[in-house]
Amino acid sequence: MTQHIDSVKTYAVIWISLLILTGVTTAVAFVDLGPFSVIVALSIAVVKMMLVALFFMHLRHSGKVTQLAMAATVLWLGIMVAFTFADVATRGWMGVPGR
Amino acid sequence: MADHAHAASPALQVQFDTAEQQKDASTFGMWVFLITEVMFFGGMFLAYIVYRAAYPDIFALASSSLNVYIGAANTAVLLCSSFTMVLGVRAAQLGQKKALAINIVLTLLLGFVFLGVKAFEWREKFIEHHVPGPSFHFEGVAMQGPAQLFFSLYFAMTGLHALHMVIGAGIMTWLLINAIRGRYSADYMTPVDIGGLYWHFVDIIWIFLFPLFYLIDRHLK
Repeated sequence: MTQHIDSVKTYAVIWISLLILTGVTTAVAFVDLGPFSVIVALSIAVVKMMLVALFFMHLRHSGKVTQLAMAATVLWLGIMVAFTFADVATRGWMGVPGR
Repeated sequence: MADHAHAASPALQVQFDTAEQQKDASTFGMWVFLITEVMFFGGMFLAYIVYRAAYPDIFALASSSLNVYIGAANTAVLLCSSFTMVLGVRAAQLGQKKALAINIVLTLLLGFVFLGVKAFEWREKFIEHHVPGPSFHFEGVAMQGPAQLFFSLYFAMTGLHALHMVIGAGIMTWLLINAIRGRYSADYMTPVDIGGLYWHFVDIIWIFLFPLFYLIDRHLK
């Protein structure tokens, strides 16, 4: 793994993009998008996370092991959320005798 | 070959063959720690999602009582601190010792600005009786329980994030002292690199806390 040194310009572009995205997500929060409000807010957050991870944390220059570990994290987080909701969201489907 | 590498680089520990291998191991160790942190915060995010799904209307009202402009400004402060942090790491990679120290100081200052604003926000919650406990009162809702739940999650999650910021400030202070002592060079700057990883991670947590607590359902008010 050779050391990559990005230019100040690259970092500045990412920084400005992050600030713009913060402004956009704040402004769009006042607009009624119905159920899409959550999707838009979280999509912008995911984009910001990717910018920070790939550029500021140098994930795009990292080795395959690190990238695999990050992918596994997303997978396990997904499993945690999905299985919790498989429980919580279906609790009311069947009546519980005696309650 | 290994002995030659050890002679050439005094910072190289005996268990590693090369400086590159040592740096890869340290960096990956930090990533693994950050992954445990993702799961740690993940549990709290999950609690938030479950209760928000259970009480969407009350969570929307409680969320709208937070000051979105202060929240957005504080997000910008934190993003700026990530920018100065990455410039610090770059300066370390290039062996620019003065630029490294200056950028660490800027990162530290921005971190303290964030914590100061957060303290101001928490103070407001005490004045408004929005702190969970005997004196809790949230106007305009019949059910105080779920509203209290929202603010419990708010304090737990922003509090845990702030604790990470305080630890981050400690790491920055330690990096600054060592940077001034001239311990980091283009050949050895691993602590700066993994300290930066931690700082950016804390930034990413806030990137998700901000929309979840301040923004979602803002339009309903």
